[in-house]
Amino acid sequence: MISKNKGETVSIVLDGKEVEVPAGINLVDAAALFKKEIPHYCYHPQLSVAGNCRMCLIEMGTPMRDRGTGEPVLNEDGIQKIGWVPKPVIGCATTVSPGMHVKTISDKVTDCREGIMEFLLVNHPLDCPICDQAGECRLQEFATDYGRGYSRYVERKNVKPKRTRLGPRVTLDDERCILCSRCIRFSQEVAKDDVLGFVDRGSYSTLACFPGRELENNYSLNTVDICPVGALTSTDFRFKMRVWFLKEAPSICTESSAGCNILVSSREGEIHRITPKRNDKINDSWMTDSGRVLYKQVRSDDRLLKPQIRQEETTLEEAISSAVQTLKGKKLAVVGSCNSTLEEFYLLNRLTKAVKAKKYLRGHFGEDDGILLSADRTPNLRGSLLSGFSSVYPKDNLSKLYNDLKKGTVDTLLVLNEDLLSSGVEAESLMGVPVVYMGTHAHATSEIAEVTIPTLTSFEKRGTFVNRSFFAQGFAQAVPGPAGLLPDTHILCKLLTGLDEECKLSPDLSLIWKNLSSPPKSPFKGMTFTDALRGSLKIDGSKWDELPFVEKKALHFESPSKIAQNS
Amino acid sequence: MAKTVVLERKPLSLSERTYLPQIATGLKTTFSNMFKPKVTLQYPDEKPRIPQNYRGVPTLVKDPNGREKCVSCQLCEFVCPPKAIRITPGSVPEGDETREHVEKAPEEFEINMLRCIYCGYCQEVCPEEAIFLQDEYSSSGYTREEMVNNKEKLYELGGTLPDPHYKWDKKKDAEKAGNSH
Repeated sequence: MISKNKGETVSIVLDGKEVEVPAGINLVDAAALFKKEIPHYCYHPQLSVAGNCRMCLIEMGTPMRDRGTGEPVLNEDGIQKIGWVPKPVIGCATTVSPGMHVKTISDKVTDCREGIMEFLLVNHPLDCPICDQAGECRLQEFATDYGRGYSRYVERKNVKPKRTRLGPRVTLDDERCILCSRCIRFSQEVAKDDVLGFVDRGSYSTLACFPGRELENNYSLNTVDICPVGALTSTDFRFKMRVWFLKEAPSICTESSAGCNILVSSREGEIHRITPKRNDKINDSWMTDSGRVLYKQVRSDDRLLKPQIRQEETTLEEAISSAVQTLKGKKLAVVGSCNSTLEEFYLLNRLTKAVKAKKYLRGHFGEDDGILLSADRTPNLRGSLLSGFSSVYPKDNLSKLYNDLKKGTVDTLLVLNEDLLSSGVEAESLMGVPVVYMGTHAHATSEIAEVTIPTLTSFEKRGTFVNRSFFAQGFAQAVPGPAGLLPDTHILCKLLTGLDEECKLSPDLSLIWKNLSSPPKSPFKGMTFTDALRGSLKIDGSKWDELPFVEKKALHFESPSKIAQNS
Repeated sequence: MAKTVVLERKPLSLSERTYLPQIATGLKTTFSNMFKPKVTLQYPDEKPRIPQNYRGVPTLVKDPNGREKCVSCQLCEFVCPPKAIRITPGSVPEGDETREHVEKAPEEFEINMLRCIYCGYCQEVCPEEAIFLQDEYSSSGYTREEMVNNKEKLYELGGTLPDPHYKWDKKKDAEKAGNSH
């Protein structure tokens, strides 16, 4: 693990060139800063150093000093001699020190790598044609880059079990394992669920779960991601698609307010898997297992695909104009959703202002696991605050709306992605109240809606989510949406223009961001959508510190009340 | 520009004007060919002899034990220039006695013969020696769907080829004798 350094640097000599590197980092990372690859299997920047794969062997030396006097030992030409360590050292467990000399390329290093690769491949089954890791396998890559190119091994290879079930989501192929122990260290250090270990000795060593235990924690699939070979495979993705067909697009996980950065892998518009994307401010290299299956809702059976007026299929234009007719000149209430993006909240807020509608918002809450699954199970609750749509913390029901419906202060509803009937609104109070529903999936509310307008999932549109630490993170479209549908921002703009002809807003996200950042006290001052797409933007959320946020202390997150106590 | 030269045409002789020598020469060729052996092939009643290494319709083959060789690695699908190949990978359930040691096999394997350009890349890339362009060259159909060869059709066309590897037998032996612990 990279130790904390406070901006100090040390100077080392890397392959004969003097360079400045941050103090406290190891040689693998130091070399990577200068685009020099030191191949490694067991080392992972976010796990402790095990140093057992021996792939990162390099030559190291330090300027020589006389043992007795401490005087520098000089060459004939007056330059200090370099005392090269006679045997190679591992780069991952060697921390940089001032004046250190390193050779990442030399005959000895090449020899070491060839030897290590040969040993690793001795018992490797070479079943790349059926291995899911093929194409993103470190063993394949380093075998071609640093391997000998042929095998001298003539004996029979070890036979180990091929499909061991480690847990409900992870399958182990023992033969492919190179015993790097990344998965064991991950389970101990990050998931805090110490269930994996090696049993037996020598070449019979095998990864196994402790008797009576299973690898079933909600982070088990991260072991599959960090496995440098195809030993640990995802049971869901196993044999589904070869990785070289997949197109990877960065996105943001919508499971909770943690806002994990993800990579969406798709082929021909169909998503096949979701993997975490490294972001050291938010999720390191991890994500939950439950967040990885969210892609299944994109092609689920209850997905809304056709606009409907009174449950009759129609075109999108007609549905929108019918929605405008329904909403116009009524005592309108808008029910927002914390699954909406920041830009959608902004437009929705403009819409409520234009027609003087009441605003309601529902939160969805669950257990906080203290890592990457926060108690707030919506991605953008803070976006509703920042956009001005809401100023209070939402409850997990809509009983306020129910009361207002009973009192008769509301007689028309525009609902976004929220099921009223499971949120404390009784069906009889909706009698004679026309509902315009905009959402991705069908449920009880979409079935009673006057007009249903299907919208896109976060994989199919662009937008911004603000996570629990007030990081605004933009995401782009990963896969195309169903034919004939428009992004939510386009639909909201059309509704807005229909309801208020003077209000002409563009659904272009960069223009919405311009509007968001233009007020003098805007928290988005000087920021653009392109910035949010490029990286996580820290927004000042101290204004809302008093709100009862439900998130607990977790990975890269301290709850605001805790921060206030500490300071 | 080149200068055009107009040649003066010589007047025809008497024998040339009768055309008889020319007709006689023509007939000579006709009669000489009439008694030579025939070279025309009466296709489709007669079929040509297909040379070795001919690239006909791509087919899937089984090993002499009648076991499926393809493991649906999808390399042929990847390498296929006109994107004629479409594979749906599938996993083989454990305990399938006819397919011991097989973990992965194609659930569906389609080659669109309207797209195929008979380049043979699929045969070249196949790591399991499961796909071969054999001597079948004529495929026809009434609809586009008929021209898509599915897995069943591909195995029917491919049949069994001699196999020097017997991969699945080797796996079985390795496990039996093996260094399993």
